Amino acid sequence: MTQATPKLRLVVIGNGMAGCRAVEEVLKRDPDRYAVTIFGAEPRVNYNRIMLSPVLAGEKAFEDIVINDEAWYRDNGVTLCAGRAVTSVDLVARSVTAEGGLEVGYDKLILATGSDPFRLPLPGGDLKGVVTFRDLDDVNAMLDASSRPGARAVVIGGGLLGLEAAYGLARRGMAATVVHLMDVLMERQLDESAGYLLREALADRGVETVLGAHSEEIVGADGQVTGLKLKDGRVLPCDLLVMAVGIRPNTTLAKAAGLTVNRGVAVDDAMRTSDPDVFAVGECVEHRGQCYGLVAPIWEMCRALAQALTDGEGSYQGSVLSTRLKVSGVDVFSAGKFAGGEGCEDIVFRDAARGVYKRVVIEDGKLAGAVLFGDAADGGWYFDLMKAGADVASIRETLIFGQAITEGLSGLDPSAAVAAMPDTQEICGCNGVCKGAITSAITAQGLTTLDDVRAVTKASASCGSCTPLVEQVLKLALGDSFQAQIGPKPICKCSPKTHGEVRRAIVDQGLKSMPAVMQALEWSTPDGCASCRPALNYYLLCAWPGEYRDDKQSRYINERVHANIQKDGTYSVVPRMWGGMTSPAELRAIADVAEKFAIPAVKVTGGQRIDLLGVKKDDLPAVWADLNAAGMVSGHAYAKGLRTVKTCVGSDWCRFGTQDSTGLGMRLEKFLWGSWAPAKVKLAVSGCPRNCAEATCKDFGVVCVDSGYEIHIGGAAGLHIQGTQVLTRVATEDEAVWVIAAAMQLYREEGWYLERVYKWMDRVGLESIRAQVTDPDQRRALYDRFVYSQRFARIDPWAERVAGRHNEEFTPMSRRMEFVPA
Amino acid sequence: MSTPVKTPVWIDVGAVTDVPRRGARRVPSPQGDIAIFRTGDGDVFALMDKCPHKGGPLSEGIVHGRAVTCPLHAWNIDLATGEAMGADKGKGCAPVIALRVEDGRLLLSLDGNL
Repeated sequence: MTQATPKLRLVVIGNGMAGCRAVEEVLKRDPDRYAVTIFGAEPRVNYNRIMLSPVLAGEKAFEDIVINDEAWYRDNGVTLCAGRAVTSVDLVARSVTAEGGLEVGYDKLILATGSDPFRLPLPGGDLKGVVTFRDLDDVNAMLDASSRPGARAVVIGGGLLGLEAAYGLARRGMAATVVHLMDVLMERQLDESAGYLLREALADRGVETVLGAHSEEIVGADGQVTGLKLKDGRVLPCDLLVMAVGIRPNTTLAKAAGLTVNRGVAVDDAMRTSDPDVFAVGECVEHRGQCYGLVAPIWEMCRALAQALTDGEGSYQGSVLSTRLKVSGVDVFSAGKFAGGEGCEDIVFRDAARGVYKRVVIEDGKLAGAVLFGDAADGGWYFDLMKAGADVASIRETLIFGQAITEGLSGLDPSAAVAAMPDTQEICGCNGVCKGAITSAITAQGLTTLDDVRAVTKASASCGSCTPLVEQVLKLALGDSFQAQIGPKPICKCSPKTHGEVRRAIVDQGLKSMPAVMQALEWSTPDGCASCRPALNYYLLCAWPGEYRDDKQSRYINERVHANIQKDGTYSVVPRMWGGMTSPAELRAIADVAEKFAIPAVKVTGGQRIDLLGVKKDDLPAVWADLNAAGMVSGHAYAKGLRTVKTCVGSDWCRFGTQDSTGLGMRLEKFLWGSWAPAKVKLAVSGCPRNCAEATCKDFGVVCVDSGYEIHIGGAAGLHIQGTQVLTRVATEDEAVWVIAAAMQLYREEGWYLERVYKWMDRVGLESIRAQVTDPDQRRALYDRFVYSQRFARIDPWAERVAGRHNEEFTPMSRRMEFVPA
Repeated sequence: MSTPVKTPVWIDVGAVTDVPRRGARRVPSPQGDIAIFRTGDGDVFALMDKCPHKGGPLSEGIVHGRAVTCPLHAWNIDLATGEAMGADKGKGCAPVIALRVEDGRLLLSLDGNL
């Protein structure tokens, strides 16, 4: 036995998770070196702050989340000064002073002062009932509020903490609403798809969310909060308002002591501050420019710090972050970045039946990020691969299916791997079909194609991501008689579903937003592509005209700016001229606009309208304003929708005209204008069979005859030239309008995006269209649906833009670069 | 021999949120328009606003994932590299403009870009 050397004095400021863990790590390495004193501002032992959410939700008690009880401090000889906030640090005298004047000297000092919840500087922030979510006192205040019957809570902040707070309050019986500034919940961790699923899952648990919401003022009465007022004027009533909008490092002491502080207390890789005997750890530090608010990096910092305090070489390298949401039954995991740069690719897996969404991002052959919703079991595995920087190129094919499948197949070529799979191995995760079930169905029922297998076993019938595996099984079972599949054409490379399947699902399953469709139909990309997004936008608009909000970013540029883009990037503008009629005043206004804006070309179009060509994008709103002022609206010459109704002069002027074709053309155009369709739609009305308006090569045509009206359909004069077929004959103008509106609606509901009327007709058959538009009941129903949707469609987009909607589209973001010398 | 080191000049052109998600904005410059894109995930990229194919304004295209589809002839351009993707891979590249985000502001630099 040697004489014990006197222990060095180690003082820790902060009795939270970082401070205590640092001490634990030091004691683990060298239990005898230090006499440890810990100061804690809260009057209680060390507890697991991140488990406050389950405490709030009533899923755990405070006792369950204590990390180190009093016995631990006693057994380890650690002196705890609880409820004594440190007021100053003297770096020269090497001592700290706490409330009540207690002064303690140190040889080594650890700052673990954590962080403070950020409070929005809103008027009314000092009302009673406005709290943050940081410590047990906050939780108690929230519990107190929730115990009043019928109490309502608003939580500002749709991040991890805010959602956990709202969920906990909902569990305690409060009506809870989360108000979030961004348009995606937990937008730093989740992409839009996962954010959408999370929103739905929270709604199921009684938590409502208001996205894109700017808080303006906290309102109250008699000193007590009564609601939150948003910038748009809405007031969300509440009895409790929780601010969970972020944290900032608590650096007050460090700053006052004269240590280097940036956003947090600056430390090196050994967690040493600008004073060699003072260390800092946890949320109060800034390491390599980074501040952390999660627990895993804190553990890593504590290890580096303990190394440094026990003669080791502490080297903290910074952390890759991962997040899990602690809301019961909502499995969410996120790590790394879900948006990368060069060479990044996404693998997306969606299982609508189980409500699962997984996305991994691969960058330079390595895993760069993962977002998992609904099944986060493999989160840890992905995280390990990410931290290790492992090369995942060789397991790319199966990576998304998780650890079990990937490791089960590693090192084997696909067919050998499939051959080696046991019969009990699940192949189709969506429908729970194992290899044995597929093999026996193939042999027992003589299946020869992928479609057969899908129909009989349901394997590969949902998201389709197991299709290659199912094909391998089929190949193995059939040998040489296997032929690769050529199925119906999918909507695009993002989904194996056909346009028809997508349209049916939107209506049958009541899917009302793009993320809802992508999840339910198991899209393999995070946000679709330039092919499927415009199609989905149209399908949703057609199915839910009164509810769906048009997504501007899913429209082609022509529809986005209400003008046709030309080869040089300028635009062409076509004012509407109903039925082709115009007036001297309109012509004068058009001429004035052409001169005023130096529009280089004015041309009459094939559809009897005037085209102003070569308009600069920035000029568009001003051009429209002038045309609007002369009483003209957009001619939709750019639209996948109704464009023009061409007419001849008819019975008014023509010696052969049998009916008022110009009048009918104007009536049709005024009735149909603004309606969106799968592709452009052109009409014409000819006053007699001489057909001067060329009605028999239009999508819908009317040829007036003595006895009434011949309604034509399915003409084309574009890439493909084809005469119309007669759909039906009617006696009156009213009937003509009814039939055409019904046929238009049928095309709107059945046509695939970009499928012209004649192609749709070839696909479904003229007979099927005729049967529906001539049956009085069906015609009426189609007509009514068309009229309903027109209530929301007959809007002049020019006037809306002139009034300032989406102004940013037409103005450059900034001109400051223009003044930079080249 | 030493070459003079030029410190890049960063110019603030606006807030990240001025660019709509899955959308783009233009910034005129002496070298021509610059297109700034913001993905659905909230990432921002800057390219010269000129498709390598026939000069189509990329800022007018549909943004999906980390790509934009040119509005003129539907070439897909990788936002990070400016390279044409898919069938047109290797056929051309829209110059990448140096871009930095600081406190939610977009900073562009033309130095060394062109």
